[in-house]
Amino acid sequence: MSKAAIEGPPKGGFSFDLCRRNEMLVQKGLNAPSFLKTGTTIVGLVFQDGVILGADTRATEGPIVADKNCEKIHYIAPNIYCCGAGTAADTEAVTDMVSSQLTLHRHHTGRESRVVTALTLLKSHLFSYQGYVSAALVLGGVDFTGPHLHTIYPHGSTDTLPFATMGSGSLAAMAVFESKYREGLTRDEGVQLVAEAISSGIFNDLGSGSNVDICVLTKGHKEYLRNHLQPNPRTYISEKGYSFSKKTEVLLTKITPLRDSIHIIEGGDEMEE
Amino acid sequence: MDLNSGDLNSPLSTGTTIIGVTYNGGVVLGADSRTSTGMYVANRASDKITQLTDNVYLCRSGSAADTQTISDYVRYFLHQHTIQLGQPTTVKVAANLVRLLAYNNKNMLQAGLIVGGWDKYEGGKIYGVPLGGTIIEQPFAIGGSGSSYLYGFFDQAWKEGMTQEEAEQLVVKAVSLAIARDGASGGVVRTVTINSEGVARKFYPGDSLPLWHEELEPHESLLDILSTSNPEPMVS
Repeated sequence: MSKAAIEGPPKGGFSFDLCRRNEMLVQKGLNAPSFLKTGTTIVGLVFQDGVILGADTRATEGPIVADKNCEKIHYIAPNIYCCGAGTAADTEAVTDMVSSQLTLHRHHTGRESRVVTALTLLKSHLFSYQGYVSAALVLGGVDFTGPHLHTIYPHGSTDTLPFATMGSGSLAAMAVFESKYREGLTRDEGVQLVAEAISSGIFNDLGSGSNVDICVLTKGHKEYLRNHLQPNPRTYISEKGYSFSKKTEVLLTKITPLRDSIHIIEGGDEMEE
Repeated sequence: MDLNSGDLNSPLSTGTTIIGVTYNGGVVLGADSRTSTGMYVANRASDKITQLTDNVYLCRSGSAADTQTISDYVRYFLHQHTIQLGQPTTVKVAANLVRLLAYNNKNMLQAGLIVGGWDKYEGGKIYGVPLGGTIIEQPFAIGGSGSSYLYGFFDQAWKEGMTQEEAEQLVVKAVSLAIARDGASGGVVRTVTINSEGVARKFYPGDSLPLWHEELEPHESLLDILSTSNPEPMVS
């Protein structure tokens, strides 16, 4: 080994000191802070005239429930919605991104977006990030070619199914679908089955909880049933109530403009180019 | 949650049985329908025989994401190629395009593929494109985790110049044998037959498949119990 390598710090290039420090800290048992994950139950099914999507509303951060009533059914296009499981930031970002691309595409073509277009955009993005964008999605919609339901995995693979579940509660929800799903369900039967599948996730999976959100998509119609079921209401309600008076403290009444007025100088020099 | 993150982060892979067989007028492709993530069956009715062009199909095994992407690209390239050529692509061109992607990106991919189809120059052809991205023209090809149970069977059962009926029966029999022994294969059997006449897709439900050594008839399945109005308790 040369002497210079031992004595002085290397000049230029990258420094990997912090990487080595982090490695040492992990070895000593330090857990790096984790991302906000939606330990989730999300489902979707095809019924006689469209698609129904469902989701629970719990967001978790490790063992902590970070949000008791979050929204996991994301807007993609007026006729397409998408349930997201995995890292909350990723599902939100990826659906927003595709939604925006489809909006531009609609303005360009003047036609309704298709579900396969959304599917291709999502899968090609997720595939190019090799699973590091951790978004597991259930994509549903009704377009010119009829109702469609797909699942998309974080690595970019897709499936096309008549009924689908995703997230940590997918096993509980799939048990309900496998025993009760049939072809040609009516709207009400479909909503009830989706609610039952999500409830199964809420009650049997620790990562899922709180309320049931549902979105019914039919030809030219959308019905977003936010908090369709609320099986976990607050048990303790304060006698004093939670409403606070709207009294506000007046900090300042007089508004002082930064500059009084604009002075117009008469007969100034003309502007030259 | 742990279960969840484990499930989500392990790539979906098609622990699979895929087969391609030539017969005297064309080819028969076959596959099971199980897609799994670790221990969970993510899709029990998946389609692993993907269309590339009117006359060429592809059997996929390995990572679902990787093989879907390869077939999407090849389908896109071949579509353009057919327009420029003004006639259907040959199986050789399709297989070579698959090989090109599999070989050039071998470090990024986990894909074992079988390309099969019919063209007017060479008739029915099967090309295997295994993990490293080499290309092998074969009279029959087997792939996926279930294929290890089938080498001996194919050495014995495959014959030169079979009829379409014989070839289809051979494929169904082989896939059902692999399903019986390989835990990562299961569900239904799908076949695609390609010849000068065109393409025929067939589907064999799991309960219509032959039963092999020590397999039992479907009997009082959980689904049957659930559908009856007054279920009998299960007795161990």
